[in-house]
Amino acid sequence: MSSRYELRFSGAGGQGLITAGIILAEAAAIVEGQHAVQSQSYGPEARGGASKSEVIISNEPIDYPKATSVDACLALTQEAADKYAIGIKPGGMLLIDSDFVKREPQGDFKTVKFPIISTAKNEIGREIVANVVALGAMVALTGIVSREAGEQAVIARVPEAFIELNKKAYNTGYEKIKSLIA
Amino acid sequence: MAKKVALLQGNEACAYGALYAGCSFFGGYPITPSTEVAEVMSKELPKTGGKFIQMEDEIAAMASILGASLTGAKALTASSGPGISLKQELIGYACIAEIPCVIVNVMRGGPSTGMPTGPSQSDVMQAKWGTHGDHPAIALAPASCQEIFSETVRAFNLAEIYRMPVQVLLDEINGHMRERIEFPEPGDLEVVDRQQATVSPADYKPFDDSQGDIPPLASFGSEYRYHVTGLNKAADGFPTSKPELVDAEQRRQLRKIEANRAAIEKNEEYLIDDAEVIVVAYGTISRSARYAVDVLRKEGIKAGLFRPITLWPFPEQRMAELAGQAKAIVVPEMNLGQLILEVERVTRRVCPIEGIGRVDGEPITPAQIVAKVKEVL
Repeated sequence: MSSRYELRFSGAGGQGLITAGIILAEAAAIVEGQHAVQSQSYGPEARGGASKSEVIISNEPIDYPKATSVDACLALTQEAADKYAIGIKPGGMLLIDSDFVKREPQGDFKTVKFPIISTAKNEIGREIVANVVALGAMVALTGIVSREAGEQAVIARVPEAFIELNKKAYNTGYEKIKSLIA
Repeated sequence: MAKKVALLQGNEACAYGALYAGCSFFGGYPITPSTEVAEVMSKELPKTGGKFIQMEDEIAAMASILGASLTGAKALTASSGPGISLKQELIGYACIAEIPCVIVNVMRGGPSTGMPTGPSQSDVMQAKWGTHGDHPAIALAPASCQEIFSETVRAFNLAEIYRMPVQVLLDEINGHMRERIEFPEPGDLEVVDRQQATVSPADYKPFDDSQGDIPPLASFGSEYRYHVTGLNKAADGFPTSKPELVDAEQRRQLRKIEANRAAIEKNEEYLIDDAEVIVVAYGTISRSARYAVDVLRKEGIKAGLFRPITLWPFPEQRMAELAGQAKAIVVPEMNLGQLILEVERVTRRVCPIEGIGRVDGEPITPAQIVAKVKEVL
């Protein structure tokens, strides 16, 4: 039986959501040896515009590479929440940045609210790592890869000088969500 | 020892496949969604003494790979819609002058600038008929990142064996998506190098077909000297308009493909033996089709997938055989009906054939295919 699990990271272009998706796919496919496909869609703009990155993870080879019904979705902006929460399946999960998504999408899914960007800015000290905070949060929320596999993939992806910063970002996101949903 | 693995984009896998095949020259001009092919080549080629040149435009890029190939290098360019349109004149030149080369087209919405970040499969007919004149065409349409690697290797092999341009058709989805790749070790995949001239430089004729339809190509700039032109030519490479020579040359060029279909064609068949409805799909959309076939089978509907990996030459014989067993054929493609024309032609429409066309920048979903199959049954 296929264990196909679909995740979507959405927000604005330039927020690093494609990178977050890549790191999750590496955690699944390279660190844990599961099957994973990461894809993305974005407009022609280099910054801004709604952007999404999708990761499909399965115990079997994956044929259709895009999401069909999303198990877990992240939305960092109102525009992304409005546009991409629609694809969440009944009983699925939505994680929103509570500072930026004021109109909560309605549907048959569980919504978790957390100030991702301000956590990156105020607790980690760098807004640029908001995508890694979000990644830790999504790993905690879904359990689709282990905490350690996610951390290992983060370390493998970022430059040496920024490993500690990103580890802190990842683990902060992970722990905040764990305590929120406990 | 465990094989080296990585999570790679299709475009990156394509570049690494080219390097595995022995590509030592890339001439290109960046364009979304193909640019990652150039990026990897620009980083990797200098490490092994190869050359990467970003040319002034797509036309010059195509010209540069023809020049490089004539000197003996395996040469690659990569582009997308508008760039591929610009290259057409020189693709014809590669056909008539019989210059091996590989052209990657990461298809995006069109015509013209169209939708740079939107996927498409609307250059299928262009891959065969884009340049003017009767000419042979080989085009491959891989589906996964691993297959993009191996089919790029095969594209180089076919280019060298048949002494002609070969196109690899990707699209914005499989060009940009990332999957786990196992890097083949040297020797795991077949790599064909160019057949060398055996006659002396004084006796060499670049189009001497006395030994077969594919004369060896000597490296330009070596002791072998010959004439290269876009005009119809005689065995020595100089122009001719003698009707019998022109006719023989034109027919020989098409025969390179027609006589070797079995070696060039490659298909995948999935749950086809008892299939009543056959979905014919290629590239990224074949993955939607496979998903749909699984869904249909679970509901007791006998659906199967026929996936041409070689689009040109189209697998005429096998397609016609399959049409004989099917109650209906469904052809989903991200265009408004291109490969379906070939399916209709070669099957003589012995059963109903329905297309699913999509050109809004979104992929055809498994649900769309499931619905269409139920509709035709």
